[in-house]
Amino acid sequence: MPLLEVENVSMRFGGIVALDAVSFDAAAGEIVGLIGPNGAGKTTAFNVITRLYTPDEGDVRFDGESLFGTSPSGVIRRGIARTFQNVELFSGMSVIDNVRVGGHLRQGDQSADDVLFYMNLHSVRDRPVSDLPYGTQKRVELARALASGPQFLLLDEPAGGLSHEEVEQLGVFIRRMRDDFELTILLVEHHMGLVMGIADRVHVLDFGKRIAEGTPAEVQANTSVIEAYLGVPT
Amino acid sequence: MRARLWPELSAFAAVAVVVALLPRFVSDFRARELAIVGMYFIALLGLSILTGFNGQISLGHGAFMAIGGYTTAILSVDGFFGHQLRDLWTIPIAGLVAGIAGLVVGIPALRLSGLYLALITFGIAVSFPQLPKEFDHFFGGTTGKILDLAKPPFGLGTTTNNWIYYLTWGIALVLLVAAWLLVRGKTGRAFKAIRDSEVAAVSAGISLPRYKTLAFGISAFYAGVAGSLYAIANAYVNPDVFPIILSVYLVVGLAVGGLDSLFGMIAGAALIYFLQNHADTVARWINHLPALSLDPKQPGIPSVVFGIVLIVVMVLLPTGAGGLVRKLFGLLTSRLYTRS
Repeated sequence: MPLLEVENVSMRFGGIVALDAVSFDAAAGEIVGLIGPNGAGKTTAFNVITRLYTPDEGDVRFDGESLFGTSPSGVIRRGIARTFQNVELFSGMSVIDNVRVGGHLRQGDQSADDVLFYMNLHSVRDRPVSDLPYGTQKRVELARALASGPQFLLLDEPAGGLSHEEVEQLGVFIRRMRDDFELTILLVEHHMGLVMGIADRVHVLDFGKRIAEGTPAEVQANTSVIEAYLGVPT
Repeated sequence: MRARLWPELSAFAAVAVVVALLPRFVSDFRARELAIVGMYFIALLGLSILTGFNGQISLGHGAFMAIGGYTTAILSVDGFFGHQLRDLWTIPIAGLVAGIAGLVVGIPALRLSGLYLALITFGIAVSFPQLPKEFDHFFGGTTGKILDLAKPPFGLGTTTNNWIYYLTWGIALVLLVAAWLLVRGKTGRAFKAIRDSEVAAVSAGISLPRYKTLAFGISAFYAGVAGSLYAIANAYVNPDVFPIILSVYLVVGLAVGGLDSLFGMIAGAALIYFLQNHADTVARWINHLPALSLDPKQPGIPSVVFGIVLIVVMVLLPTGAGGLVRKLFGLLTSRLYTRS
């Protein structure tokens, strides 16, 4: 049984159908990519899974149990943590305090420092996050997500705004993180090189519909995907 | 982290020493004025927790002060089931009553933010102090309620004004420590997280309803204690003791103090007291400048001076007194680090 099952989810904003009966899943230990052109509904799907949005139809099950009985702030208790498309840090706080908030529901302080060491952020531990370069801020956000001790991690465009070199490191790092913490990762990403390099499976959305699913190689060969993207996969 | 602690601890020690020794060097009347500053300081600490640390604006904190003041007046004049309470014991009760009122206001505040929240709380500030006029049997109408003059307890050989000074600042220091522990603990982190990003706070497991109403409740508790002390110091309450403008002054003090700087609130409190009561002194100072003449006796001049000083302060110190201290301290430490 998959760890996460999104089943027939539809979400409308006024006249716009952001998600149209979308289903996909992620099995424990997998890195699953969720790709699609701008406006395809990827971030909406994230917000449905993290309960920021309640869809008009459909169900999302985690570990066999519907998430719709869980409050938005209770989602993390189920073991689901996320990062945001444009960094959503607590800008008035230090790095360590940001990470501590990630561990809000956990006891003790030790885990926050452990996560900083793991993320190689210890040298900026007490700095205000707003002073840090964008790439470092993204690492802090990832550290904050890890501090909750999640089972399932949703990454919304982790490569956005990073340099070419940083993206390569990020790919290696996401895999290592998956192995070290036994995570399942759902990854929204525009950077095709990253997704195709690290995902075990890829779901493709276009205009709120899922148009393809498969291994990176299969998806890259899929004609409807190529049409949707109107581009050459790298 | 431990290295970060000493500036605040030494600042607290300095404040405590000044507070303890000040009455020896000033007149009895000045001690009374400083006591009122202490009351504003307590109310500003509460407002700082709500606005500075949790990001919720309130233009209605004068109303929570009124609730505190009236609670003290009613309990010490009419008593509780015919049993009158000593003014001292009404202070925590006044805080709690105001705090509960704050929790209740915090619930509709969950659905609002920014300008809308400001308007709702302003509505409370406008309407609340008028309620006593409607229910005059219970609240004493426009005349209000006359309390017994505060007397030092245990036969302490000090004046009433000195007693009120020490009472106010003693409570203020305790509440300052409480606020400091709160904002640097887990609850304070949750408050700040909500202020900086609500969606990220929710995704980290922070319940918005719980923490936002809690911030309102704690904040109103502080205002209630301040209002209670105000009633004790004045020995009377009526609707005019807590005018609408009081809520606005508190927001002014908050901005001058520097929103999320607890120590800065002392500066904010001092400024709003000083400008309300001594704007004519400032006008006299301004008269010393060439080509300027402000007649301090002319009606309206004090308000004009208040406004001018406020504009000048906010232009020069957009981050308030707290921001200035932080900047100076930042310069000092970076200098020390680069030297070594």
